Amino acid sequence: MKKFLLTASAAALALATSAGYAAARDQIQIVGSSTVFPFTTAVAEKLGQSGQIKTPVVESTGTGGGMKLFCQGVGENTADFTNASRAIKDSELKTCKANGVTPVEIKVGFDGIVLANSKAGTVVDLTKEQVFKALAKNVAVDGKVVANPYKNWSDVDALLPATKIEVLGPPPTSGTRDAFVELVMDAACQEEVKAANEKGCGEIREDGAFVEAGENDNLIVQKLEANPNAFGIFGFSFLDQNADKLQGHKVDGVEPTFENIASGKYGVSRSLYIYAKKEHVGVIPGMQEFIAEYTSEGAWGPEGYLADKGLIPLPDAERATWAENAKALKGMGS
Amino acid sequence: MTDAIASFGAGRRPVSIHTDDAAKARLKGRYRAETWFKWLGAAAVALAGLFLVLLLSTIVTQAIPALRQNYLTLPIDLSAAKVDAAKLDAVNYDAIAQEALTAKFPDVTSRQDKRLLRGLISTGTGVFLRKDIAADPGMLGGTVDYAVPLDDFADLYLKGLLADVGSDEAISTSVTPSQSSGDIDLTFGDDAMLALARGHGATEGENGMLTLTSGASSLLVAFNGGTVKLTALSPGANGTAVAKGTVIEALDSTAPAASGQAFLRVIDTPEASRKISDKVIVWLDTLKSAGLIESRFNSIFFFTGASREPELAGIWGAVVGSFLTMIVTLAIAFPIGVSAAIYLEEFAPKNRLTTIIEVNINNLAAVPSIVFGLLGLAVFLNFFGLPRSAPVVGGMVLALMTLPIIIIASRASLRAVPPSIREAALGIGASKVQTVFHHVLPLAMPGIMTGTILGMAHALGETAPLLMIGMVAFIVDIPGGFTDPATILPVQIFMWADFPEAGFQQKTSAAILILLVFLVIMNAIAVILRRRFERRW
Repeated sequence: MKKFLLTASAAALALATSAGYAAARDQIQIVGSSTVFPFTTAVAEKLGQSGQIKTPVVESTGTGGGMKLFCQGVGENTADFTNASRAIKDSELKTCKANGVTPVEIKVGFDGIVLANSKAGTVVDLTKEQVFKALAKNVAVDGKVVANPYKNWSDVDALLPATKIEVLGPPPTSGTRDAFVELVMDAACQEEVKAANEKGCGEIREDGAFVEAGENDNLIVQKLEANPNAFGIFGFSFLDQNADKLQGHKVDGVEPTFENIASGKYGVSRSLYIYAKKEHVGVIPGMQEFIAEYTSEGAWGPEGYLADKGLIPLPDAERATWAENAKALKGMGS
Repeated sequence: MTDAIASFGAGRRPVSIHTDDAAKARLKGRYRAETWFKWLGAAAVALAGLFLVLLLSTIVTQAIPALRQNYLTLPIDLSAAKVDAAKLDAVNYDAIAQEALTAKFPDVTSRQDKRLLRGLISTGTGVFLRKDIAADPGMLGGTVDYAVPLDDFADLYLKGLLADVGSDEAISTSVTPSQSSGDIDLTFGDDAMLALARGHGATEGENGMLTLTSGASSLLVAFNGGTVKLTALSPGANGTAVAKGTVIEALDSTAPAASGQAFLRVIDTPEASRKISDKVIVWLDTLKSAGLIESRFNSIFFFTGASREPELAGIWGAVVGSFLTMIVTLAIAFPIGVSAAIYLEEFAPKNRLTTIIEVNINNLAAVPSIVFGLLGLAVFLNFFGLPRSAPVVGGMVLALMTLPIIIIASRASLRAVPPSIREAALGIGASKVQTVFHHVLPLAMPGIMTGTILGMAHALGETAPLLMIGMVAFIVDIPGGFTDPATILPVQIFMWADFPEAGFQQKTSAAILILLVFLVIMNAIAVILRRRFERRW
């Protein structure tokens, strides 16, 4: 027994120390946004299947978390790519630069944010102003800023159904929430609210009408199915994949369809990015192959496999420019 | 007073506080309370059992479809003209398989329809084909019948999970087509079809015109070896009905079909609200009736790594990852935990310091697991520079988490060994170390093992601590060692539950089932160990 214990602990120690001297990493590591995750993983898998390189490892850490890991520095223990559902912030770029990281920005496509409910529910045609009134924490009533008094959709606008306002949406940590606030709440903000509080536009009510449903968009889909009166806010790819259960609603008179988001008609859409670490090209094998695969027409083109996954492609000319920049590894701020 | 004496005299039993009416009522109340409690207890157990049955039955019923996968057998042309035996890796196997599929449907010509048709088979087809040819080069040189997995939507449809499809019903009147392909007119011998279309959500127009939009059920008429999808109906002359339709599969001839020769199929779910179009349904049914589609045991699910395509996603990568992680956890937690328990129980002096240590070990067992993940990130990754996403780090973090559980269980079973054993060993001249390792530890081992296995089972089900060290990731390659990136079973379940594709729902349930099986096995081993080897004094 003693011998066993000794050998076991020796083995454990050996294991622990040997890991520290692992061989040079030969597999790409990617972190970042959960919105871009489904697309990046598809590219990673495709590349792995082709047998050119080992399949990259993709983590879903959220845009902000990804940037933090990405900008940490250069070296084997840092990520090679980060996914982002918004462009890199100046402060993040500064951190990157300070740590010797040169990000190469690649815009990969668009994602629409949709308001949807169960097929059993009613179809509504909303404006951004109505959505703001229904969801803002403070709204202006008769020129005065008050806590949101609206209980039913019909209180917001008499033309809307007389059902309770019940919206399931992403939590503040989510990139989808950031984009929703920016594209809808800030865009349709009432003057009075803005005047009263500079940040008041982005505040979403906390009295139960808006329910934070967590990062799991599938959960929102299931909850919507169970409750036809509730609405959900999530990325277009989930609406696309669940078209048999959910219906998307027009915002400002435009329906959230693939074509409308691609052409920019649908107002609530954002750009998706990936950032490559220039310093790792040539050090970690497969960096260039990964960029080439992502920016190939077979992947991000209108007929590519990423479009099947719900990514909305960039216009042809823009795609060509970004692909060229990516190929040339044009670093930011250099 | 005299009354009381008189009543005594009448032979009544003396009334005491134990037998008077109030006492009887109290007794009754006590019995009632007991009955109530029994029933409440039974109800609680029944409720718990009900929830367990509900949970298990939902998981099992959801998981069952994932255990099988539909395959399509295609004649694949692997002749020298298509495949260069010298450059096997450069061949586009997907294109070869797709060619074999499109050859089955020569009528499909438009670009969009071809794209739809190609989507019937899995995007992993080429990879399977390449692997199989590498394993068996004898396949080359001719045309072979090769079974390819179907795409997830086609697979779900065949499993009956995508659309409600009625069975074929014979039409009890004649049907006359105007053409054999393209957009055609169909003339029905009577107007029964009009009422039927109304019943299935057709939109009423002028002159009794009925339009079947994509929001209505799909009506398909099959005859003369082809299929026509009805788009609009209107009353014709002499009580007939005229329908406009699109030919999905070309008819053999424009000859009228007699009563009972044509068949109607109604797909209740409107085309707009399902992920599979009428065309694909017709194609799949044609392939199925030709005997080319076969449902097989889903070996892909059990023996491959993760994937973004539901039909290609497997659990094996996560099982291997779990196994590697558990080995590391066991190798670290077991020796350290048992040693600590032996020292604390048998050797350590009982003083203030050991009391503090003891209290803190008990407290550690109650620390939320995510805290261990943060510790792992700070110490193992940032300080020691160990690789991200690796089982060795995951195992170390989980070992920290299981240590207190093992120490507590081991101490309890060491304490259960009676002092007489130690005294006897010491009495015949054994040293303290000999006493512990030759006599006390072997007797305590079954209890220690039980505690360890339960601790490991606990660790097997953890996700939160691994979030921080990068094991919650999309990893396709099956890990080959302790430092390869890997994920574990509960993480795989968590990730599949988050994927938008409908096919992952069944996979999630099936993966839960596999995790449950592992946990049940581990618990069963713990029970058996306890039953067989435990000694009582």
